[in-house]
Amino acid sequence: MERFRMELESRSKNEEFARVVAAVFISRLDPTLEELEDVKTSVSEAVTNAVIHGYQGEAGTIQVEMEIEGSQVLIQVRDTGVGIRDVKRAMEPMYTTDKTGERSGMGFSFMEAFMDDVQVLSELGKGTTVIMKKTIGR
Amino acid sequence: MTEQTFTYEARGQVLVIHLPKELDHHNSRNLKYETDLLLSENYINKVVFDFSRTEFMDSSGIGILLNRYKQMARSGGSVALYGVNAQVGRVLTIGGIGKLMEHFDSKEAAIAG
Repeated sequence: MERFRMELESRSKNEEFARVVAAVFISRLDPTLEELEDVKTSVSEAVTNAVIHGYQGEAGTIQVEMEIEGSQVLIQVRDTGVGIRDVKRAMEPMYTTDKTGERSGMGFSFMEAFMDDVQVLSELGKGTTVIMKKTIGR
Repeated sequence: MTEQTFTYEARGQVLVIHLPKELDHHNSRNLKYETDLLLSENYINKVVFDFSRTEFMDSSGIGILLNRYKQMARSGGSVALYGVNAQVGRVLTIGGIGKLMEHFDSKEAAIAG
């Protein structure tokens, strides 16, 4: 098993940093371009959620942990922000609590479309962890 | 940061928005303010998004496209796209936008179409 962990400040500019690092880490599995984009997009969605919703634009730390076991990649994105009141609802396509109208509410839908498995653990006041799995090179 | 991520080009009643290389939440922060201003000060009946430089897009891009689509639909206008690569194309399809906006190969075709 190969493992990797990083901590990021909750800043929107770190969304790109996180997805690029994730892509570099899984590149050792020799993924197709499409698989690489799937992982990049999913990590981008999870980190963006932490910045916007978890920490509401305030300061905080986002932990990204990745594991490669055989051809499977496991990704965990964790924040200790406000948490999600209703995870099931948050995962519904087009559901968003955003008031600006600029958010599509498709973040979790994208993670589910691009990864094999997505689990969301959240507790109000404690934070949210997104756990995603994907087999590369099937 | 004052770095400009979007550039805008007016062609008569068409507003062309040149999108950045990475269309994510971070890079989309100023778009609403800037386009709202342009749309309020000019008579625009079509918004054309230029994806020719865009290599990455996530659901943040879907949000800004949908919002512009709604804005234009309210005034009877339309939205068109050009220069979409494979990754962006998949995201547009999964985001359900593929059918709402016509895709073109070039700027001229998008403006004319």
